[in-house]
Amino acid sequence: MSPRPGFVLEVDRSTPPILFWHGEGYRLERLPEGSRVVYAPEPLPSVDDPVAAVRHALLHPLGDAEPLPALLRPGMRLTICFDDISLPLPPMVAPDNRQLVIEEVLDMAAAAGVDDVRLIAALALHRRMTEEELRHALGDRVYDAFAPHGLLTQHDAEDAQDLVHLGQTELGEDVEINKRTAESDLLVYVNINLVAMDGGHKSVATGLASYRSLRHHHNPETMVHSRSFMDAPASELHSSNWRMGRLIAASGVKVFQIETTLNTNTFPPAFEFLQRREWEWSLRDRAAYLASTTALRRTPDRLKQQIFHSIKSPHALRSVQAGEVEAVHDVTTSHIWEQQGVAVAGQTDILTMGLPYICPYNVNSIMNPILVACTGLGYFFNMYRGQPLVREGGVVIMSHPTPWAFHPSHHPSYIDFFEQVLTETTDPVEMHKSFEESFATDPWYIHLYRTGHAYHGVHPFYMWYWCAHALAHLGRVIVVGGDPAAVRRLGFSPASSMDDALEMASDVVGPSPTLTHFHVPPLLLADVR
Amino acid sequence: MKGLLFERSLPRFAASRLVASFGSGRGAGVSPLRLADLEQPALPGDDWHRVQPRLSGICGSDLATIDGRSSRYFEELVSFPFVPGHEVVGTVPDGAVAADGTALAAGARVVLEPVLGCRARGLDPLCPACAAGRTGDCEAVAFGHIRPGLQTGFCADTGGGWSSAGLVAHSTQLHPVPEGLADEDAVTVEPLACAVHAVLAAAIDDGDVVAVIGAGTLGLAVTAALAQLAARGRTAAPGALVVGARYAHQRRLATELGATTALPEDQLARAVRRRSRSLALGPPGVGSLRLAGGADVVFDCVGSADSIAQSLSIVRPRGKVVLVGMPGRTTVDLAGLWHREVTLMGAYAYGTEHPGGEAVPTFDLAFEVAAAARTGRLLSATYPLERFEEAVAHAGSAGRRGAVKIAFDLEATAPPPRSKDEDEDERTRRRRRS
Repeated sequence: MSPRPGFVLEVDRSTPPILFWHGEGYRLERLPEGSRVVYAPEPLPSVDDPVAAVRHALLHPLGDAEPLPALLRPGMRLTICFDDISLPLPPMVAPDNRQLVIEEVLDMAAAAGVDDVRLIAALALHRRMTEEELRHALGDRVYDAFAPHGLLTQHDAEDAQDLVHLGQTELGEDVEINKRTAESDLLVYVNINLVAMDGGHKSVATGLASYRSLRHHHNPETMVHSRSFMDAPASELHSSNWRMGRLIAASGVKVFQIETTLNTNTFPPAFEFLQRREWEWSLRDRAAYLASTTALRRTPDRLKQQIFHSIKSPHALRSVQAGEVEAVHDVTTSHIWEQQGVAVAGQTDILTMGLPYICPYNVNSIMNPILVACTGLGYFFNMYRGQPLVREGGVVIMSHPTPWAFHPSHHPSYIDFFEQVLTETTDPVEMHKSFEESFATDPWYIHLYRTGHAYHGVHPFYMWYWCAHALAHLGRVIVVGGDPAAVRRLGFSPASSMDDALEMASDVVGPSPTLTHFHVPPLLLADVR
Repeated sequence: MKGLLFERSLPRFAASRLVASFGSGRGAGVSPLRLADLEQPALPGDDWHRVQPRLSGICGSDLATIDGRSSRYFEELVSFPFVPGHEVVGTVPDGAVAADGTALAAGARVVLEPVLGCRARGLDPLCPACAAGRTGDCEAVAFGHIRPGLQTGFCADTGGGWSSAGLVAHSTQLHPVPEGLADEDAVTVEPLACAVHAVLAAAIDDGDVVAVIGAGTLGLAVTAALAQLAARGRTAAPGALVVGARYAHQRRLATELGATTALPEDQLARAVRRRSRSLALGPPGVGSLRLAGGADVVFDCVGSADSIAQSLSIVRPRGKVVLVGMPGRTTVDLAGLWHREVTLMGAYAYGTEHPGGEAVPTFDLAFEVAAAARTGRLLSATYPLERFEEAVAHAGSAGRRGAVKIAFDLEATAPPPRSKDEDEDERTRRRRRS
């Protein structure tokens, strides 16, 4: 049977309770009759032979690029950059797409006699990956061949000696990227395109950039005019990256872009019920739900976190394409929409969403309150094309425990942002004006970013800016089951149950609102018409 | 006339110390403090005047005395029995001459400057400190024609503010209350004067990062003094004034009084680090950090071993830690003080300040701050003397009960209406009982 496309269910009397993710757990909620539930398409078939597919892509590039072997020659400087720990989510079962692709690229480089090869994790302002995480992404063979010799490094956006300013775009945006990549004869960038936002010129222009460059598009003005991030033509974030990417190309940096897409097979067999439609749950699915929720209720938070973060997703390679950046990305985007797109007719008054335990910035870490806000309002809210799923002035109800908890090594500036910025303002524009620079240039945060495993000092601001469009659009944000103090600090309203949340929402949207539940993950993109 | 008398009684001292170990202020009933019939103290000399208290605050040093945890350092500097109460606003029933030479009409309101320096003690020549106008540093507080007592409220001859029988004060101790300044504001002038003195002694520079540990009366007074003196050009303006306060109402008040940021004490180090843009040693933790740099000046308004240790951990090398809160015997690791060449200085009482080179009595500056900051807002509840046990208990748990300053109302003839937090306490008790 071929995979079924995405689906919008209208809740009626016979509809069973609907699954909501709730951090390191999940709950079933009975939604009012007439509500809609948007389900992701079922996983599309993966490529039969991933290695052959990668090789084919490298030999048959898109756009005006030559096949990779034709670009490789002895004596050249080759730099291979790759997406960091933020992709994919959850981390995938080995071999990771990055390993598959990089091994092929290295084989071709070796065959061409290229000696000067460097691997660089494109961190942007994210935390540095641990050895274990790098080994998982690249495989032991690649790691052991490069890391001990200092040939596998992680982009350091604060290393002035390893940055180069390539110029300014026609709109005055500074383009400053990793020097080694800019001075290489060929830059091969290896992507995992989990959602439509990823990849394209954003890979190099963001992943290998400095704060000086990033601040031109990671700001409230750009974010609020990105409607949405998943729809590049309507996204100012992407327009800025595209201007930068074209300047990078015009500066003589030769980029060979490799993008890979995944299917939506997100959870391993033990958690398969999480990606099934509730009325189709088998006896085994129900038993798995009951057993896991009962066990999780009795499990300490720390252990729950370890359990969930140990999940490796069985995502499978759906497509791989290589060559010229824009040509490649067009094909990638169409593959992603094919896998994740769901047509939805019209907006809703209330949008509900269950937030899972993971987002791009807390892999092997804690989903702190700022990341909760970003996951709901920055990511899920923006997973649309056309118009937001929820109408202007509508309400978003998110389900998440929102603990007042932070990973001190990964998110040190988040702690201070939460304690010292959100207590003053939740307005992205105001915090951008009053606080951003002092965090971005703080020497301790820079030290921890460069030498530890800390996100850059400015990163929590970016997380809040991701929410800017939603914050401007919505009438109210309610969090069900969250720590009330943490939720209030975010400027949102805490509710103890979904019924309470719906009653609170009625103050904003009236007594008989329309309701749509955004049933993710598995991820989906709403094409709202 | 009724008054509260503190007598030398070792058994009661031991009992109050034991009870107070369960919570400050709880031991008033078993302490050497008792309600007694008192006579008006005799005037010790020509320049002395009668003062009838209207409001008299309960200070941290009073609580320490009642709790039996005062340092033995003070043993020779007090005389028994004494009537406590040195934060006093009252009237001069017979008229008086004030410290600045102004003639005060009968019934005029005054605030007491309680230090009993050389002039009050009839000493001539004055000690070097008094001669220089630094009466707080007087070397003769145990000498002269009145018995020892570093301040009114600790001297057997002067009476104190916790008495409806009144007290006696030397002209040099009297400051007229400006027209329009409410008694509630005026009763905070004495602690404000301590704060003003501490702030000016710290000699902060423009743009300094200043931290205040503790936001009880003294911490809030220091906050107000820093903000108001800077606003009037009396001192440099801090670049950031960061206040660590345990309770939410303290943080609200600190912000109202001029703090750049007021936050829980366990977040103070992080806030100071960010404001001073310093590095921190060791792995980053959620709570306290040990800063490599830190604040230029730290005002420790608690005076405990923990607060001194925290002060030393958040002050920059060659910075200053000013002890405003009264410390006792403590154990503190001073390695950091030595290594970082930190100045640890005490700030006690008042006298004459020299902001901008001009000699100004500390109390004049304190009146300015009280009027501008309306520090009467710190007065949370008043009690008649008859309810002194409740009053002291309230003062001992002020922070926890949402209060700041507790005072005796010497004009109250019947139990006054309950304060808001008392009502809340009562409601809580009822709920528990039910």
